[in-house]
Amino acid sequence: MFEFPKQWDIPLADWIDRLMDWVLTEFADFFDAIGIILLKVLLSLENFFLWLPWFLVLILVGILAWRAMGRWWYGFIIPGLFFIIGCFGYWDMAMMTLAIVAAAVIISLIIGIPTGIVMARSNLAENLIRPVLDAMQTMPSFVYLIPALMLFGLGKVPAVFATIIYAVPPVIRLTNVGIRGVPESVIEAAEAFGSNPRQILFNVQLPLAFPSIMVGVNQTTMMALAMVVVASMIGARTLGLEVLLAINRIEIGRGFEAGLSIVLLAIIIDRITHGFAVKQQKSYKI
Amino acid sequence: MVKGDYQRIIRHCIKGEEKFMEHKKTEPENSETILRVEDVWKIFGKDTDVRNLLSSDIRNASKEEINKTRCVLGLRNISFNVRRGEFFVIMGLSGSGKSTLIRCLIRLINPSAGKIIVNNEDICAFDKEQLMNFRRYTTAMVFQHFGLLPHYTVLDNVAYGLKVRGMSKEDRYERAREAIETVGLKEWEDYLPSSLSGGMQQRVGMARALAQEPEILLLDEPFSGLDPLIRRQMQDELVDLQVSLQKTMIFVTHDLDEALKFGDRIAIMKDGEIIQLGTPEEIIATPENDYVRDFVQDASPAKVLTSGQIMKEPDLLIHEWQGPQATRHMFRSAKDEFAFFIKRNREFVGIITRNDVRELARKKQGALHDILITDVPVCGPDTIVEELFPLATSSPYPITVIDENKKFMGIIYNHTIIDSMYQDTEVE
Repeated sequence: MFEFPKQWDIPLADWIDRLMDWVLTEFADFFDAIGIILLKVLLSLENFFLWLPWFLVLILVGILAWRAMGRWWYGFIIPGLFFIIGCFGYWDMAMMTLAIVAAAVIISLIIGIPTGIVMARSNLAENLIRPVLDAMQTMPSFVYLIPALMLFGLGKVPAVFATIIYAVPPVIRLTNVGIRGVPESVIEAAEAFGSNPRQILFNVQLPLAFPSIMVGVNQTTMMALAMVVVASMIGARTLGLEVLLAINRIEIGRGFEAGLSIVLLAIIIDRITHGFAVKQQKSYKI
Repeated sequence: MVKGDYQRIIRHCIKGEEKFMEHKKTEPENSETILRVEDVWKIFGKDTDVRNLLSSDIRNASKEEINKTRCVLGLRNISFNVRRGEFFVIMGLSGSGKSTLIRCLIRLINPSAGKIIVNNEDICAFDKEQLMNFRRYTTAMVFQHFGLLPHYTVLDNVAYGLKVRGMSKEDRYERAREAIETVGLKEWEDYLPSSLSGGMQQRVGMARALAQEPEILLLDEPFSGLDPLIRRQMQDELVDLQVSLQKTMIFVTHDLDEALKFGDRIAIMKDGEIIQLGTPEEIIATPENDYVRDFVQDASPAKVLTSGQIMKEPDLLIHEWQGPQATRHMFRSAKDEFAFFIKRNREFVGIITRNDVRELARKKQGALHDILITDVPVCGPDTIVEELFPLATSSPYPITVIDENKKFMGIIYNHTIIDSMYQDTEVE
């Protein structure tokens, strides 16, 4: 009597399964094609990262860190962190991780910034997209692995796919917020001088939203890094795989080394992208 | 602020005003109409509600009745003409609809009904492309909050309107540089607006509008956000500009002094309606209702009173047939240091001082003409008191008021000016 009646049942799981079956049979070629293209892009990125001489990478990271944070000593500290990862013996792993993160971030931006623009320009679009973003961010990240696995099989491609889904919301949100935060008076002035909507977007809204978008890029990158680690469970060879193996074999030292490498990588990426975001914010102070 | 600076600014202001008055006198009275606003309404609300309301018998509805529906009345039955080259001021308190009105003129806000005809074209009927071109080539606007693009340098900001037109970089920079020089910001071209003071930012806003070389310049409370001294300075520069450019200007303000200073004609707004439209004199002399009267009362007496109203009878009037001895005698019984010398037909000739007469009488030779000082300040009876300040401070002699035939009417001492303002404020 006090138990929930069993006959009131929504078979959502069945529906989703059936939908997935349908998608898999009907669109198999389509996803295969996407998978192949993604894989090509990924492999070339990965090969390129692995091809880069280690010292060149350190120098590049140093210059980036110095430009981003405006202090010369960061140009030594940040590459120093990278150097430590290399010393742990994870240089190639870190490079492969970076390749997947880079691919996922680039695709996230290609999807996310236009979506954010659409969202900023239409209240209807905002109302529709916002709950989807909320759902995407509250869903446990592991859940994305299942459809990714079914659509693309094992390997790097589903890892990138799941990473994109997990990492794209911040850049969409912050593009939206950034554009909506542009002062009305500035837009009005631009309109009064006869700017059309495209001119307003490119001359006013995007430049002024840029600091906010950069914060979005920073967050998206950090989330991509987090997801790439998880995605090692479906066969992406990243630093996360080392952690996974260490757990399985109860090798504490190895797990710690790999985990520390991930943390260091995260710090490096975060400091550099955050530095650029803050720099933009300062120079556009209204 | 150093005292010298202050004086320099004041003097500059006065100079501007004099020029402005000259220009006003020469302006053709019936030049062509550039802008005609016909029965414009603006009602804020949902489209369907607004349509219902406009199709109903809205003309007789009071503001309260309209606001009882889910709509808000913005503008009501606005009609006026602006002539080419005219300085048209729209004045009202906040919420009177003045900012809505000026925005309707370039459809930053779309009017709900009515016609706005510029150069014989109804801009309310324009499609998007026509409207863009109208805003690009015909009008330019200066905003209360400047509306500068914070990520552009001063130069790029000023060139923005030209960039939108699709002008090449060199051409637009050239014109922008000229405009920047006009407003006196030459050294600041490469700075971002955030490094400029408020007054300077508004100069950038002015330069941006001027670079457009628009037919109609719209100014939406451009000086309200500035501190008083800078405001005064910018006002005078605007007067200078108007004199040299002869642009049609539509100026929105809540400040009566500003309106009186600039306006060829002033429209006073309240609750979305124009309640009086006329020249500054008409509005001050015959306020149409209590609302306008209240407004006008706040006007500084120096801007309202004229020389004819405050002038005094002189102690001593010397006629040309009188001689030195008689004049000396008359001085004995008078307190004043000056006597005013007039011809038989009361035409004013000059001033005689007490000391000079004493000298002349002692020498017992020569005529009054020898000691007559003719280089003295004079003004007409309609000169506004404010404009007497420069005359009063530039000369040791009192100001003589004469009519158009140079006939003597009265005199104004420096203390007369001060007294007039003091009395006026006391009456209030």
